[in-house]
Formats: sequence, C-alpha cells, structure tokens
Amino acid sequence: MAIDPLLELLAQNARFSHQELAELLKKDEQEVANQMADWQKDGTILGYHTVINREQAGDDRVAAFIEVKLTPERGGGFDRLAMRIARFDQVSSCFLASGGYDLMVVVKGPSLMEVARFVSEKLSTIDGVLSTATHFRLKTYKENGFIFEQDEPEGRLVVSP
Amino acid sequence: MDYSTVIADQVAAIPRSGIRDFFELVQGRDDVISLGVGEPDFRTPWNIREAAIYSLERGQTSYTSNLGLLQLRKLIAEYVEGFFNVSYAAEREVLVTVGVSEAIDLALRAMLNPGDEVIYHEPCYVSYSPSIAMAYGKAVSVSTHKDDGFSLKASELEKVITPKSRVLMLNFPTNPTGATIEREDLEEIAELCQKHDLMVITDEIYSELRYDDPEHLSIASLPGMKERTVLLHGFSKAFAMTGFRLGYACAPQPLIEAMMKIHQYSMLCAPITSQAAGIEALQNGAEAVAEMKQSYHQRRDYMVKRLNAMGLPCHTPGGAFYVFPEVGHLGLTSKEFAMQLLEATSVAAVPGDAFGACGEGFLRCCYATSMAEIVTAMDRMEQFVETLK
Repeated sequence: MAIDPLLELLAQNARFSHQELAELLKKDEQEVANQMADWQKDGTILGYHTVINREQAGDDRVAAFIEVKLTPERGGGFDRLAMRIARFDQVSSCFLASGGYDLMVVVKGPSLMEVARFVSEKLSTIDGVLSTATHFRLKTYKENGFIFEQDEPEGRLVVSP
Repeated sequence: MDYSTVIADQVAAIPRSGIRDFFELVQGRDDVISLGVGEPDFRTPWNIREAAIYSLERGQTSYTSNLGLLQLRKLIAEYVEGFFNVSYAAEREVLVTVGVSEAIDLALRAMLNPGDEVIYHEPCYVSYSPSIAMAYGKAVSVSTHKDDGFSLKASELEKVITPKSRVLMLNFPTNPTGATIEREDLEEIAELCQKHDLMVITDEIYSELRYDDPEHLSIASLPGMKERTVLLHGFSKAFAMTGFRLGYACAPQPLIEAMMKIHQYSMLCAPITSQAAGIEALQNGAEAVAEMKQSYHQRRDYMVKRLNAMGLPCHTPGGAFYVFPEVGHLGLTSKEFAMQLLEATSVAAVPGDAFGACGEGFLRCCYATSMAEIVTAMDRMEQFVETLK
C-alpha cells in the first residue's frame, strides 16, 4: 500500500517547510501543519532525523550488530524481552528476525570496550537470553537509503536541446 | 584551403543552432543555475545501469541484428501495444535506433524525394527543420499559439498543405512548450492526413510524462492511421537514459524495411550494451518511471505558479518537463531577456526563438532540476523581472 504523499515527501526530506510542502501537494499550509501535528500525536511520525556520514564527520563511535537468541515466553513470545532490550539507550535498533537467531540488535557506543561491556554485563545477563554473537561494523556503504559514497558530479551539459 | 567550397550546399545552408550559441555563453560560468537542459535530472535507475554492466561482464560486445535484439523488439511491441494501443509485429515492424534523433533522420530519408514538403509545428525541437533539409525536403512550419496552449489546430495545418506536401511531423507532448493535444484536434488532423494523403512521423518521446489529462493518445492508434504513420519513441526521457542513445521506430513493414536499409549502412545497429539496458527498462522500469513522473509533476506545478505570479504568464503544460513562459511583454526579445537574466542572476534558460521564429517572446524553462535549485532560480527571476517593470 502506498503511503500518504506528504509522508513520502517528509521521508525524502524532513526539512521541507510547511509552505514548500503545501505548494508541492497543492494543499493549504495550515492543512499540512495540522496533518503533521496529528501524525506526531498518534505516533505515525516518530521523529525527524539527519543522516550523517559519521566517518566523514570525524565520529569514531563504534557500532555492533548483535545476534541474540532468546527463550520465548508463554503468552508474550519474544515481545517482553525484546522491549526490555530495546529500551537501553545504547541500543539504536532492535528487530525480531526469522532464521538462525531471534533478535538483531544494533548497539552504538564510544569504544569497542564500552560496547563489549554492554553486551557482557547487560545484554547477556538478562534472564531468557540464551546466547549472543557480536559483529562490529567496519564500514558503512549505505544507511537508511543513503549511499555513503558521493556519486560522480553531474555530467549534464548546462544547456542542451 | 577554402572550405566553403568543400561543404555541401544543403549543410552550409543550415543555420547555427540557437541552443549552441546560448550554450557557449553559459559555458565557463561556474555559478549558473541552469533551467536550460533538455534531459532528466535523474540518473538512470540502478537496475537498468546494472543490466548494462552485466551485459558487458558476460562479454556481450558484438553487433546485433540490424533491427535490434529480437527480445528487445518483442518487449517494445508489447509495451507499445499496451501504452499506445497500436500493435506492431516485433519481427518486421519495429526498428531499434540510436535515439529518436536517428529515427527521425531515417524516416525522412526513407520517404522524401527532393523538393517534397514536410510540415511541422513550431515552436519545436531544434532538429526537425535541419533534418528535413538534409533529406532534401522542404521544411514548412505551422505556428502554434499560446492561446491554444501551443497545440496544433487542423484549421492552421490545412492552410499550409499543398500538392507537394508529403509528410506531417508531430511531437506531443512538445519540446519546448510541453504542449499536449486533445483527441478532437488529433482526429481532425488525422482526417486531413487521409484526405491529402500525408504520411505522419510522430515523435512521442515525452508520452509517459503527462500530468493532467486522460491517457496519452497517439495518432497511430486512430482508425486508418497506422498504415500512414511512423511512430517514434525511445528510452531517454521516461527512463532517464539519454546517454544510452536508444530509441525505436514502429511502422508498417515496407517503411521499416526502407528505414532499415539506411540504418544498416550508416549505423549498423544500436549499441548492444544499450539494448541490454533497454530490455531491463521495459521489464522492470515501470515503478521508477512513475516515481520520476510524480516528482516532475510537483516541480511543474511549483514553477508554473511562481512564473505566473511574478508576471511571466504561461499555460500549464500538460507534458514533458518544460514550461514556456511569455517574456515579450517586458520590452525585451527572448534573447535579450535570457542574456540579461544570465548576466544579472546567473540563471540560464533558453530563448524561445531557438525553437522557431514563433517562439520569439518566450523562454524555455526546464524543471528537470532539483527543487532547491528551482526555488532559488524562481526567487532570482522574480527579482530580475521586478527590475524590468
């Protein structure tokens, strides 16, 4: 199902002003503002963030992808444990996955040691966590739809027929 | 050596392109926001580029059939039937060419005897009149007008038909005006073509990029017209594949056969890498086309609104990616306006007279550029127009 064109535009560029959005969608500016406020209230829009090439920005924080195996619980399955893990500030993403493990947890921290400590002290000690496998990120090629390598500069002629 | 005696007469007689003049003015300036391009601002969708790479990896580097790869022609026939509602036999009624430009040249050369008259509507793409001249034809233009949204009216067309008229060239949606044509008008034109026994070359390269109306309507799909029409289309605009140079012609077999005779000796075949990319485009490109179209649509609406608001009146073009605002009422010619605009604001747009005399007094602004650049360009143009009032 296609999502609302306003959301589509915001997903591409959250910095469009209300006025620009209204013009692009041929709507009233107030209507756009109200709609966005409603979505923020009902949780359709969770936040607006900037995709930063952290390596280029000089950020040396590390990230790790952690495969977590869990014991499912009667009644709630994986949900309670997964939410318990997801709530840690160190966890930037947390997904339930099919296949060889249950949760894919993305953890970010200032250093290798910090992330390792989080995994060994917090994550693996939770009752119900059977095992973890930690993979440290070495390089980012694409994130949230953005390629981290600049395309060749535009080669179009300035004037063409 | 006196080269003027070496250059063939019909080539020497072709005037320098107005686009080229303007290009030379703009070139070398590095701060320019250009509304002067005639191609999409999107890169070719990755799956299509990847198919070209894969084809090279597999070592597909040979000639193809003169007509083009059969698989591609079959996909073209299928696509044309679905989109234009005309059916052609992939084996003998489809010719893959190096862009629509080559196909225009082939169609004209295949049909014209020296002195035959070819009618085309202006303002129009820059190659029509020179292509006719190089095929030893006589170019006869019909002006179109802003009050008709630059569409072609049968009554205007009829005025220029003579016993020597052989071919009518159509281009809807139109470069540079973005004009489209209504069914009734197209039907009247089709009737005239049958009455006066005119062949039609219809360049429908922008046909996917239509924004308001019902579906695109090709003259080839009207009753009795397939037999007298050469339908030209290609991949450049809809799939953002300009540099691949890939187009095609669909026409009755004897015409394709005649065009193929010229094509096989002058071009041999379209590049196989581009043909492989074309196959992927037709198989898996529809979604990307729809996305790009939606994006153009938004930018068109914004530009039309801003231009009208700043006092450069323009109709809302139904297709392509050009807006054609009027500037003549400000006391400058198209060229003067474009040059002063460039000098004062570093915004480049092509003077309308580059597309035929009746484009004088207008400017072609292309909205196939980023929204941010369009916004800046419109802000600067607005300030510039204020200084002229």
